[in-house]
Amino acid sequence: MERIDVLKTYKIFIGGKFPRTESGRYFHVKNDTGELLANMCLSSRKDFRNAVVAARKVQKSWESASALNKGQVLYRIAEMLEGRKSQFMDELMMSGSSKIAAKKEVEQSIDRLIYYAGWSDKFQQIFSSVNPVASSHFNFSVPQAMGVVSVIAPNKFSLLGLVSVVAPVIVGGNTCIVLSSEENPMVSISFAEVLNTSDVPHGVVNILTGKRKELISHFASHKDVNAIIYCGHNNKELNEIEKLSVENLKRVKIYKRKNWGDQKNQSPYFIERSQEIKTIWHPTEV
Amino acid sequence: MSFPDLLKIPKIDKLGVQEIVNRFCKRSIKTSAKKHGLHLALSMIDLTTLEGKDTTDKVRRLCYKASHLHNSLQGLPNVAAVCVYPTLVRVAKKELEGTKINVASVATAFPSGQSTLDVKLSDTKFAVNEGADEVDMVISRGKFLAGEYNFVYDEIAAVKEACGKAHLKVILETGELDTLDNVRKASDIAIYAGADFIKTSTGKISPAATMPVTFVMLNAIKDYYKKTGIKIGMKPAGGISTAKIALQYLVMLNETLGYDWMNKDLFRFGASSLANDVLMQLQKQESGYYQSLDYFSKD
Repeated sequence: MERIDVLKTYKIFIGGKFPRTESGRYFHVKNDTGELLANMCLSSRKDFRNAVVAARKVQKSWESASALNKGQVLYRIAEMLEGRKSQFMDELMMSGSSKIAAKKEVEQSIDRLIYYAGWSDKFQQIFSSVNPVASSHFNFSVPQAMGVVSVIAPNKFSLLGLVSVVAPVIVGGNTCIVLSSEENPMVSISFAEVLNTSDVPHGVVNILTGKRKELISHFASHKDVNAIIYCGHNNKELNEIEKLSVENLKRVKIYKRKNWGDQKNQSPYFIERSQEIKTIWHPTEV
Repeated sequence: MSFPDLLKIPKIDKLGVQEIVNRFCKRSIKTSAKKHGLHLALSMIDLTTLEGKDTTDKVRRLCYKASHLHNSLQGLPNVAAVCVYPTLVRVAKKELEGTKINVASVATAFPSGQSTLDVKLSDTKFAVNEGADEVDMVISRGKFLAGEYNFVYDEIAAVKEACGKAHLKVILETGELDTLDNVRKASDIAIYAGADFIKTSTGKISPAATMPVTFVMLNAIKDYYKKTGIKIGMKPAGGISTAKIALQYLVMLNETLGYDWMNKDLFRFGASSLANDVLMQLQKQESGYYQSLDYFSKD
């Protein structure tokens, strides 16, 4: 008897759980030839709201985890991804990548996680400074996590792009809510499964699938979100984000990069973009 | 008032109650109805601080919050009362002078209730003399579970007498009563002994207020009202921390006891963080943006 394939139900990732979207809606993901690949959750603003609550709840404890621990967690994500390489390659190939390109993208994603794991206890030294001041103070500046960051992930490079943006955010002690690639959201949910088995505390990364058009305004306007990272080129979307972010002085970071595979797209400056600089004036004797 | 006939108390079908309660959670309340509901919920809150570390300053802060919930929102109601320990009643009373906000005080060896009747009565009288408008007493759960219902009844009646003009809320501490049948029995005993309000929990034991427990208590109130025409109030306390849950309680109240009970004289929420969540929802209705606690006063 011929076996019936068991197809995966792709759900969203909020607070370490995989719920369906609260709205009950879904959309079709198709490949280049128009073949249906999967039904994906069409997340609503309420899913986003729930994700922000989850991200806020865990932010302080994630930020105060030791740098070593954060690095270990990132390294663990890389380990888990390595073990599931073929699954991710299959998913990338389903949506049109060649085998060579898919292999490269997965391997680069793993390497990028290792790269940022290594930076976990080093970026602080690079971005800290001791500042000369005229008064009798010891004056120094140190980077600090911004808090909760919303991320509009790149449409192309659905895995590598996501990893390249999320890894520097979380290694710096932030928590995030990610809107995955609209074109190929499947890998992002599989990546969520990897996160969920990698000692990442629940809520540190939350991943939604859905339409930019519907969700961007909420990603940009929610007052409990401290910063937003936007990957793309659509000026109308950019304009909307800038406008709504003013409401609570959200920090807006824009990545217009096209090729996330380029080695130039990994550097400690990606970490710095979701850090605040805190300056301390410590009195000293005259 | 006489002792309730315990044999006539209806048995509770736990699964049935859960089913009914689940249905209360599925009502869709939007826009203007939601706003009305949220305002109502705000006006029913007993803003509470019951911690060993409470200081006069903490109580003053809470009282200020009670009378100035969120100044940037227009037309907000005040909360119903501020709930504190007896020793802090005087502070709260002074701070709330000139407002319509009541001062409620817990009494009778709160939260355990493990003390002698003398101590409990003098505790109550002290709170009332300090100016408490409402007294929240705890029942002796140990005695109740041991089947000494008369003892529990007499104790409530004695405290009621000691309250004088102050309103008496009787805390059943349902988290320690184990079954819904016990909750119903304790509700009836408290109502017949003279409670003006029955209240679920101290907030010190988990689970605190739950919807099934509240539903059973509302039905005890309903049966008493049918029998005597007297309206008893209800106060779920502890664990109601979001506007969404508060609205579900109001739906349950409306569909169980009716609109007559939908005011602060007959229904209260014992909560501390609920107020901020309701305010965040109201502000969201107003501005269209999801809010952050960073922009609201700390409790």
